[in-house]
Amino acid sequence: MKITITRSEADRMLDHALSERPDEACGLIAGIDREDGVREIKKVYLLTNVDHTNEHFSIDPREHLSAVRDMRANGLKPLGNWHSHPETPSRPSEEDKRLAVDGSASYLILSLADEGNPVLNAFHIEGPEDSREVRKEELQITDR
Amino acid sequence: MKITVAGEKKEYEDQITVAKLIELEKVETPQYVTVSVNEEFIDSAEFDTRRLNDGDEVEFLYFMGGGR
Repeated sequence: MKITITRSEADRMLDHALSERPDEACGLIAGIDREDGVREIKKVYLLTNVDHTNEHFSIDPREHLSAVRDMRANGLKPLGNWHSHPETPSRPSEEDKRLAVDGSASYLILSLADEGNPVLNAFHIEGPEDSREVRKEELQITDR
Repeated sequence: MKITVAGEKKEYEDQITVAKLIELEKVETPQYVTVSVNEEFIDSAEFDTRRLNDGDEVEFLYFMGGGR
């Protein structure tokens, strides 16, 4: 699947991830699934990692609820989530895979491991918990 | 009774439990789902006993988490 995110939303995500270091940062993504098959992220939600560590993230359920309601009010569809890896590459860890319970979601991972060279990738993860299948999605950062 | 599930108004039998609603709504991997009723989060241990009332607003939220 091809997925797009605007430069401004990607920058908001990056700024939040940098400000949350050394902890992992996290949030949700929302937008539309276009008729041409492209998934378009229109809004990134910057939410609280209630684990407050550099090893795990759990999205604050109350903020999650507020975000879902905001999406609905603005005609946006929940498309998945994003989180940062402050010290490790932009790929799903074993725990990321185990907890990727929504097979329709896109999972964005922003690596800050290489100082000054952040790496953002999107993944589709589905299948049984003990044998998840991971596919990298074609992520494009657009000007608008 | 009428309840709102994920923003959509639906008709259900009176006083069904949260567990029954999860079953009727065919919620996948319910062990990873957080349920709120009128913005109150329901402990999963209460799913079998918590009954819903006319006008309730229910949301199912998939747990979102992971690790490095």
